[in-house]
Amino acid sequence: MRKGISLIDSIDWGIIVIYLVLVLMGWANIYAAVYSEEHQSIFDFSQSYGKQLIWILTAIVIAIAVLATDRQFFVAFGFPIYVLMMLALVAVLIFGKEIGGSKSWFVFGAFSFQPAEFAKFATCMAVAKYLSLLNIKISNLKTKLVCMTLIAIPLGLILLQGDAGSALVYLSFVFLMYREGLSGNFLLAGLFAIILFIVTLVLQDTTINLPFEIVVSGKSVLVTVLALISSLILIPFIKNRSNRGGFTMLRDVSVVVVITLILSVSFIYSVDYVFDEVLSDHQRSRINELLAIKSDPKGAGYNVNQSKIAIGSGGMFGKGYLQGTQTKFDFVPEQSTDFIFCTVGEEWGFLGSFVVISLFITFLIKIILMAERQRSAFSRIFGYGLASIIFFHVAVNIGMTIGLAPVIGIPLPFFSYGGSSLWGFTILLFVFIKLDAYRLDSFR
Amino acid sequence: MQDLSSRKEIVILIFITVGIIFLIRLFYIQVIDDSYKLSAENNVLRYVTEYPARGLVYDRNGKVMVYNQPAYDLMVIPKHVKTLDTLDFCNLIDITKDEFLVKLKKAKRYSYYKPSIFQEQLNSETYAALQEKMYKFDGFLVYNRSLRKYPYNAAASLLGYINEVSGRIIEKDSYYSSGDYIGASGVEKSYEKELRGKKGVKVFMVDVFNRVKSSFREGAHDTLPEPGTNLKSTIDIELQQLGEKLMKNKRGSLVAIEPSTGEILAMVTSPTYDPNLLVGRVRSENYLKLQRDTLVPLFNRALMAQYPPGSIFKLVQALIALQEKAITPQTMFTCNKRLVNCHNHPYPLDVFGSIQHSCNPYYYMVFKRILNQGKSSNIFIDTEIGFAKWREHIGNFGLGQRLGVDILSEQRGNIPTIEYYDKIYGRRHWKFETVYSLGIGQGEILVVPLQMANLAAIFANRGYYITPHVIKKNNSDMDIHYTKIEEKYFNLVADAMAEVVMRGTARRAQVDSITVCGKTGTAENPHGEDHSVFIAFAPKYNPQIAVSVYVENSGFGGTWAAPIASLIIEKYLTRRLSNQAKLNRILEADFIHKTAEPN
Repeated sequence: MRKGISLIDSIDWGIIVIYLVLVLMGWANIYAAVYSEEHQSIFDFSQSYGKQLIWILTAIVIAIAVLATDRQFFVAFGFPIYVLMMLALVAVLIFGKEIGGSKSWFVFGAFSFQPAEFAKFATCMAVAKYLSLLNIKISNLKTKLVCMTLIAIPLGLILLQGDAGSALVYLSFVFLMYREGLSGNFLLAGLFAIILFIVTLVLQDTTINLPFEIVVSGKSVLVTVLALISSLILIPFIKNRSNRGGFTMLRDVSVVVVITLILSVSFIYSVDYVFDEVLSDHQRSRINELLAIKSDPKGAGYNVNQSKIAIGSGGMFGKGYLQGTQTKFDFVPEQSTDFIFCTVGEEWGFLGSFVVISLFITFLIKIILMAERQRSAFSRIFGYGLASIIFFHVAVNIGMTIGLAPVIGIPLPFFSYGGSSLWGFTILLFVFIKLDAYRLDSFR
Repeated sequence: MQDLSSRKEIVILIFITVGIIFLIRLFYIQVIDDSYKLSAENNVLRYVTEYPARGLVYDRNGKVMVYNQPAYDLMVIPKHVKTLDTLDFCNLIDITKDEFLVKLKKAKRYSYYKPSIFQEQLNSETYAALQEKMYKFDGFLVYNRSLRKYPYNAAASLLGYINEVSGRIIEKDSYYSSGDYIGASGVEKSYEKELRGKKGVKVFMVDVFNRVKSSFREGAHDTLPEPGTNLKSTIDIELQQLGEKLMKNKRGSLVAIEPSTGEILAMVTSPTYDPNLLVGRVRSENYLKLQRDTLVPLFNRALMAQYPPGSIFKLVQALIALQEKAITPQTMFTCNKRLVNCHNHPYPLDVFGSIQHSCNPYYYMVFKRILNQGKSSNIFIDTEIGFAKWREHIGNFGLGQRLGVDILSEQRGNIPTIEYYDKIYGRRHWKFETVYSLGIGQGEILVVPLQMANLAAIFANRGYYITPHVIKKNNSDMDIHYTKIEEKYFNLVADAMAEVVMRGTARRAQVDSITVCGKTGTAENPHGEDHSVFIAFAPKYNPQIAVSVYVENSGFGGTWAAPIASLIIEKYLTRRLSNQAKLNRILEADFIHKTAEPN
């Protein structure tokens, strides 16, 4: 810390205010979600809002502790913390308790703890630490591989716990890597893959009737269309053949197009395999439901359907605080955890949804802008990791409550009920705030 | 190296894009699309089922046989029931507090959220008194229903009754919910889908006190009930009433069919009951009474009672033998009483005379000729071949099988099979002498009265019948069943049947100016006196009506069954009854309390 400037002066209070607003709004909505006439005291610790109050208070203590910790600690111990957390992830596989189908919890009496929530922080630090080392360039294949390994280890371990949702969060590091120089093609390829995945599944059982009573499967049409598009891309280059440069271009483009085509086709055929053989039943039905391939509003689609009813019934201005009817009568399951956004939608209406989403987007943009003002690469990369993780959580969580993403139970940061998740996000955020407070101190 | 810091803009752009997509989506489901709101409003909306009027049933002349009268069912939704003045409530609907608790418990067992019947069919006064205080009784509501009303007090078994639908049916058929009514027997049951119509729903807004405030969105989401289809029956209700009057104090049945169409004109079972007894709150009590009655009034004898056909079966035997060329119309047999007992009459007789005098030994010989046609030198195999052929013919007369009348309780009767005898005597160990009593309509043969009336219709039509039915059909829906016997033989039988009435055993069946063709039967009955049986059709040419009458334990067919049939025939063909003495004799006869005049 530079002399003469206290910590109080150098930390970014704006982000802390947003954080506090989100946490308090979350708590108010948890209260509304489980509110009933029998339990009205906010200090009723038998109810989840009572417990969440404890989580919030302890989270603030943790936040202060993080701010009080020497920043060098985080820089120096990036790797050890990562190793420690990976060991915890392995340990939970052996000693953990299975709750709700995934073996991801350590239980100590009344207190349970989910290491996956903290592994995000550890991974974020390790990746930041690695990429900020001198002479590390992401354009090197080796760098990419090491980086991906750092991400793949927790992803794999969490997948083994049976918590596919939390595992997928690690894919969000693609944003971080993109910022650090990963080709934008990776983002495009990801987008392309998602589109192909959806189109393939939607066309799965379709047949298309052609003239002369020829019936073909939707998939073969898709492959043909892909091939046609590729050749269309090639045509402009063929005209410029006289130009020598154009010829080289033609060769390059052909190679790219052919490779893309081969990858796409094999991807299309592997989607079926993955969908039918790798995914579990409930994952399959959730995807079916989302893409409206097969609908079952009382089974797999129940959560989403009820969630949409709750949110949709809020209208423009909502039903008023504690006035939600859908949420009161337990129509929406997981109301205070994964589906907390329903309460916002129902009781506060579109106005409330707008405020919450705007707040999150502002929060994310602010983190990105804060990350960009860092002199230290470590701090910047860490900031991007933080933004990526929170963005993924927000997008998937809210997306699933309004039927735009499959239901993969991950919490809404700062909002959802749960100590591990609140603590995890708080540590992530406040480490970054701490790093940011020292942004002018170091170049590393 | 390129400046990567510009990439922040791409990342921010992605964040903002996702945020905007979410907001658009939210705007759509929260503000534009109101289908989600409707789902959520279930809590403030009350869906009241609007019951359609059940279809009426008219007789063939357009007279109403069944109509509806209004009734009020008190329903309860246990979830909405709050503390109430139980005493006041119980006094209003006249029940005790214990009954109240039992009823509420029963409703809770069915469902907390769906309405179920608390007290059925309140009368108008109770309803009026209750309606004023309804606001005090949360969770209770009144459904307007309609009850069946039968102005002629007739055709009870035929029309059937409706009762509250059972839990088993509710589970199977989502159309029904607790407290609905469903046809349980007769026409009400077989035409349930047509009669019930389609339920509608009215949506109301209710306030916190569960009081109806207004119709929701001016009825935009309401559906109107579609009334049930009115049915036109083939029954002539006046003929039915006369039939029931004639059969009063007798056990038995009477079925009348229009031969050319298969339309059932009357279907009487006796003793019967007043159909109005099985309506409304008194239904279950009366039902129990009827069920315990030793005379089994709920048993529709016309469709379910099975009797031996007796001598009437000789007509069928004669036709089969003639068609099989086992005999010719001129074949004569002597009345050999050593073969089988008979009464005194001139002999030897030909086919015509044998029908007129109902000679038992003659049909002993006829049946022997049918079964043993010399197709095989082995008498057992020959019998088997002959029996198979005979049984095939019998089947063409609609015997031993359900005719497919549009009332579901029909029995099939019994025509023994080759397998049946094989089982008793061993394969190819039985011959004509074993089964000879079938030849005169006794033994294992059983027929139901409807089949006998249908038989009369076959004779009237000279060789075919149309599936009998009680509700009018389009001509295209009628299926004609042909016997494989030539018309000339039927003409011979018709001549003989006319003779039976003119100068034979059924002189009591004569009607002035109408040629009635008939045949008596006396069905032996191990439990007591013989059943009196008679079938007839009239007039002889272009017949309009075919009748079968069974009067249980009343003796000879000509004595009771024949005159009853003649009265029905006369009434139907002339719309009046000319012979008052004949009518009185029948009306006074009482075989249940045993006060019948022998002659």
